Amino acid sequence: MKLLEHHGKQLLERGGLRVPRSGVASSAEQARDVASRIGSRVVVKAQVPTGKRGKSGAVLFADSAEEAAGVTERLLALTVDGYRVHEVLVEECADIARELYAAVLNDPVSKGPLVLFSTSGGMDIEEVNRATPELVRRHPVDITRGLGAEDALEIVSGTDLPERSREAVAEALLRLYSVYRESDADLAEVNPLVLTGSGDVVALDAKISVDPGSVPRQQAVVAGAPASAQEQLTDLERRGRELGLQLIELDGDVGVLANGAGLTMTTLDVVHHYGGRPANFLEIGGDAYTKATPALALVLDNPRVRSLLVNFCGAFARTDVMAEGVVAALEELRPDVPVFFTIHGTGEEEAVRLVRERLGVEPYDLMDDAVRAAVAAAAHAAPAGAVPAEVR
Amino acid sequence: MLVRRGESVVVQGITGRQGSYWSQRMAECGTRVVAGVSPGKGGRDVAGVPVYDSVAEATARHHLDATVLFVPPMAARDAALDAISAGVRKVVFLAEHVPAQDVMEVLARARESGAQVLGPNTAGLVVPGETSVGIMPGFARNIFRPGSIGVVSRSGSLGTLVCLNLVTAGFGQSAFVGIGGDPILGTTTLDAVRTLDADDRTDAVVLVGEIGGVMEEEAAAYVATMTKPVVAYIAGRTAPPGKRMGHAGAIVTDGRGSGESKVDALTGAGATVVDVPSQIGEALRAAGAQPAEPDEAVRSSVRDASPSR
Repeated sequence: MKLLEHHGKQLLERGGLRVPRSGVASSAEQARDVASRIGSRVVVKAQVPTGKRGKSGAVLFADSAEEAAGVTERLLALTVDGYRVHEVLVEECADIARELYAAVLNDPVSKGPLVLFSTSGGMDIEEVNRATPELVRRHPVDITRGLGAEDALEIVSGTDLPERSREAVAEALLRLYSVYRESDADLAEVNPLVLTGSGDVVALDAKISVDPGSVPRQQAVVAGAPASAQEQLTDLERRGRELGLQLIELDGDVGVLANGAGLTMTTLDVVHHYGGRPANFLEIGGDAYTKATPALALVLDNPRVRSLLVNFCGAFARTDVMAEGVVAALEELRPDVPVFFTIHGTGEEEAVRLVRERLGVEPYDLMDDAVRAAVAAAAHAAPAGAVPAEVR
Repeated sequence: MLVRRGESVVVQGITGRQGSYWSQRMAECGTRVVAGVSPGKGGRDVAGVPVYDSVAEATARHHLDATVLFVPPMAARDAALDAISAGVRKVVFLAEHVPAQDVMEVLARARESGAQVLGPNTAGLVVPGETSVGIMPGFARNIFRPGSIGVVSRSGSLGTLVCLNLVTAGFGQSAFVGIGGDPILGTTTLDAVRTLDADDRTDAVVLVGEIGGVMEEEAAAYVATMTKPVVAYIAGRTAPPGKRMGHAGAIVTDGRGSGESKVDALTGAGATVVDVPSQIGEALRAAGAQPAEPDEAVRSSVRDASPSR
């Protein structure tokens, strides 16, 4: 769950890192007030949870409060990388002597936290990392011991950072690590972390994202995070989200209901393999396996759906429980699209019996046969010209 | 990591609905479930299995080789650390949505103590005819039968489909290793492939991967050194980029972790990569893998293999 810059900076500040004086504004008037309080040249930054704002024209400068109001007006009309701009951060300009880069993230390779540090901070850190990886220091941390003061000094000492600044920068790394730990971040990144002319270390940006699994115990941190509200969801996807179901709308006509992410992705692959086009990704594995009824209603609410494929392979998710939910939904909704089942694994015998007896439908023994039938049925129902390869 | 016949297993969270249900299913598969743990519920029993307050307490009465955790995500770290500090060497970590920093802590402690962790967010392990530790349908004879194919899968549901296809095609499994759908895992694809490569009863490996991450690419370098045939299937090759498909790691951004890169790496390493799971049997035959002994009982029991409610 990505936090907005101003939200991340609050966490950094609470964790003892210096950030510039600033204020959030959602109108030109508010921006004018903040800028006049600051009383010097300001930078105005669109608050959207996406990188590369500088290159997208979402970061502008203003020499007066009046000018700040004007650029805020322009920024509030922008959409950056799909995100509407609802607020801006008006911030005093720092006296930048040197731009650094610092981050702590969850690293799947070392299976622990990884500290990244570079004295070549600024907008193009990805490019620096690609072209000159030796300029980015990587320090895996043993999470049970944490990042120690000597570790932090060691990280900054291997660089061209002037001797006199090393201690202050090392201290900033320690604080960033604490913020990462305390907020259960999967990424806490400051780019740039700047050295000012007077030798202070200041965080000019903050990109903090909270690990999704930790959200239940980080309610205080994520409160007010924009997250999904600004994602580009279709109506069906939003309704799925409200039910705790991950639905992705696709552009095809074969509705798909399966359990487990792996099986559901595979089902989409197999539909493509036999010349069909899936209408959605929707999985009801894990704890969601009891939600078959609302899940199926969502799939069928997509007007493009011309046939429905139900593919269950029960491990933890019991196919009898899922089949009961699907059968109940079909009995209630009586959709006029044909339904094709294939069911295996935990609870199979009972699930097959339910489908056979209550719907009068015989599940296919082989998944490929069920997919072929569903693809063919969608093609027959489709307008001329949309015949899939398998049927031709 | 594999759990073999005769190894002793403790079930953490045994008094919960899933813990008690799956304890009995695992026992049906031959697993020696010798103890259960549920804090505050020591002294009871679940279907004849004694329950203790902690793993530390259970080890006073039982030798324990492995633990399987039916514990909610926010309690998973403490439960796993209880088992690791009590000296249990194999930890099957089923829970999904465990805070990633908790997972990293468990993995660090396990490393120090010489314990192995499978998961989190895994469906577990099956050695057909011997054991099933986790939430796989190891009892279903149309899905699992003893044989010589080792299967590695991130996903439990897809692993089930692949094992079903293997049995339908006349093969059996030496082992199924579910490694889990999270980005940070105790056992990676590479670790599991190594285990199966070293296993005498495994003649060929089926590697079931999915888009996202770089675990399949990392395993490919090792696959290139193997003499046992490897057949691979990568799920999600038709998924649109930028969409996370269920598993936390299953997303392709900026080309990283794309199906194409995994297919190229594995093909380059000498593996046969199939387009759909139903082609796995044929690919194994072409690679010289031997089907299991004919077993008429398997085919006739296909529809009565599942448990009743």
